[in-house]
Amino acid sequence: MELLIFYPIAGLCVALALGVILNTSPVGSAMCLIGMMLGLAGIFVLQQAHFIAVLQVIIYAGAIMVLFMFVIMLLNLKQAASADWVSRDKNLYITILTSALAIGILYKIVDVTFMADLDSPAELPDTFGTVATVGESLFTDFVLPFEVASLLLLAAMIGAVVLAKPKLD
Amino acid sequence: MAEYFYISLFAVVALVVIGALLALSTLLGPRNATPQKLLPYECGIVPAEEAKGRYPVRFATIAMLFIIFDVEVVFMYPWAVALGELKLFGLIEMLIFIIILGIAYVYIWGRGGLEWD
Amino acid sequence: MEPIHAPESIDLIALAPVLVLSVFAMGVLVLDLWAGKNKTLLMFVSLVGLLMTAISAFAKHPLPAFAFTDSYIVDHLSIFFTCIFTLSSALAILLSAEYNERKGMKAGEYYALILLCTVGMIVLASSTDMIMIFLGIEIVSICLYVLAGFRRDDPVSNEAALKYFLLGAFATGFLLYGMTLIYGSTGSTNLFKIAEFIKAEGAPSSPLLLMGIVLLVIGFGFKVAAVPFHMWAPDVYHGSPTPVTAFMAVGPKAAAFAAFFRVFTEAIPNMAANWEILLCIVAVLSMFVGNLGAIMQTNIKRMLAFSSISHAGYLLIAVIAKSAMAGSGLLFYMLTYAFTTFGAFGIIILLGRKGEENLEMENYSGLAYKHPVLALSMTVFLLSLGGLPPFAGFVAKFYIFSAAIEEGFVTLVIIAVLNSAISFYYYLKVVVFMYMKEPAGEFQISMTPMTLFVVIIGIIGTIELGIYPDPIIALTGLN
Repeated sequence: MELLIFYPIAGLCVALALGVILNTSPVGSAMCLIGMMLGLAGIFVLQQAHFIAVLQVIIYAGAIMVLFMFVIMLLNLKQAASADWVSRDKNLYITILTSALAIGILYKIVDVTFMADLDSPAELPDTFGTVATVGESLFTDFVLPFEVASLLLLAAMIGAVVLAKPKLD
Repeated sequence: MAEYFYISLFAVVALVVIGALLALSTLLGPRNATPQKLLPYECGIVPAEEAKGRYPVRFATIAMLFIIFDVEVVFMYPWAVALGELKLFGLIEMLIFIIILGIAYVYIWGRGGLEWD
Repeated sequence: MEPIHAPESIDLIALAPVLVLSVFAMGVLVLDLWAGKNKTLLMFVSLVGLLMTAISAFAKHPLPAFAFTDSYIVDHLSIFFTCIFTLSSALAILLSAEYNERKGMKAGEYYALILLCTVGMIVLASSTDMIMIFLGIEIVSICLYVLAGFRRDDPVSNEAALKYFLLGAFATGFLLYGMTLIYGSTGSTNLFKIAEFIKAEGAPSSPLLLMGIVLLVIGFGFKVAAVPFHMWAPDVYHGSPTPVTAFMAVGPKAAAFAAFFRVFTEAIPNMAANWEILLCIVAVLSMFVGNLGAIMQTNIKRMLAFSSISHAGYLLIAVIAKSAMAGSGLLFYMLTYAFTTFGAFGIIILLGRKGEENLEMENYSGLAYKHPVLALSMTVFLLSLGGLPPFAGFVAKFYIFSAAIEEGFVTLVIIAVLNSAISFYYYLKVVVFMYMKEPAGEFQISMTPMTLFVVIIGIIGTIELGIYPDPIIALTGLN
């Protein structure tokens, strides 16, 4: 039954991911990416990771894609701009090298996946991955990372202002 | 497993309804396009220029700051759910978190990060 | 359900350095809004903050102390590293004061960013949980991306920031993925629990765990600029404002090594058979590429960037040896490296002036005739970087190499010594320019008191640690 939901969502994700790279218009690519993010959120729900699914929707599909769209609109790319780097002599060697590397890594990943002992996943408690469970452990055992994360966000905000504000001084 | 059945049922029904509505409106709807009707926002103000213009770069700064505050808000969601168990301790934790980000907010405001100069 | 009470393990005294410095960082940030054009006050407050942080690092007794459900540790390694970080940040701030004035970098966030970066470094050196290590690395990196691009009107600086950011974010991805895989295969993010699991399983050859370790090597390798993950270093070191380059070469590098050392010796020492060879290759490559690359440079900042890559190679030997002595060697090496690097960069800043940076080696021709003391100081720093007795660099290298020999890595040490010999070629090249060439033109030295002060501290540290290192060696935890 789970698989009945998993395969359509996974198929949709792969199709949309292909859409991201094959689309000639940047806005189209971005839209496909949003769709893919939402699909991934569905897969996370299937994995009992409800909180991650929520994050996926709020942060990725919501906030980060907004920034993507802004950047696309800021640049206002014309479709022809992408033709410039289609074929150069140097690219051929890079293509061959990277494909060899990619095939090697893929082989190893498949190899690893088959070798790994995936038959007996540990028994999970019913509440695993729910927002309440995540909240409890985040705010008791992981207090320190939580507070340190706010310093990280502070640093990021200073960075955004210092590097991106049009007039600083 | 039963809930998965209902979810997939819901998905199937949603797809069927959307498909049916779109198909029906294409099949049955009258098509007599006039230039007026092809305008975006048929009713209302006639658009002055194309929507695909170039946006000022200031949007990028605002968007970045928005994302960071968005990430901050995400922390509040599990906190709000778990607050009943966490009691006062949870309140103090979130207070510290908010104070740190409040300082960031004061900084951005004071530095003019939200201004449109 | 039982109501959850505050975890017993919250220990604010153990956390004191982080707390003090965070408060000062935020204070500086807010103070800047009202401080006006004069940044001397900010500088002063930052220095006081760093001093208080260094003092508060000694607040916790007895050692080692654990806090926050074993995710935070105070031991002699973390305390000593905290002192190195505060020292290097203080020196960087002293170097920056006049440089920033000269280059028109007026924004006061500079000091807040350096302090925040130092907070990240302390977190890195004191955590025993992979989540904390990740957060520490991210705080340090984000501050550095911004500092690298702080000269907003200079395209080279912008390029440095962008390159560093793109590659750094990519490397962070590797690091995080590695941590995820290790968590997935051992069931914990805590370094001690991971070690327990691995010990109980008898060094499992689970492919996921191995893959995780490889990805960790990639992630950490990037952060310490080890070959083949070093591509960013020359451009970023070259493009960043010079005080930031000096800062980057010392503090964050030491912090990354602290975490590197802790993860590999605390969490996965029982997997050493698998990662030893990997790190050996990275170390040897770093030494050769760093040293041979440095020979080809004519720009002195780029040369020091390649030299820093080779030093990452030497320092990796300490991680490979993984004994307590190697840990102490790492501490001592980083301290001497802080003194010599800041001294050398101080002289580079003295020689630069408004507009021109005078970074080419030809600009140093005949320095000894006009300014013999400066030339002599530069010679001391370069020879110490190369590892010539009686300077500090020699003791540091000796320390790490003997730790490695004790653990049986003789070939590795032979290669390292050979590389030290190669490194003299390019260090001496600068000396040759300074002493044996005719001066090309007038030197316009901006003799500024604070930069001079840093150079003097560098000289004192380099010579003192070289001649009489015993008290510091005792402090590194080895008697």
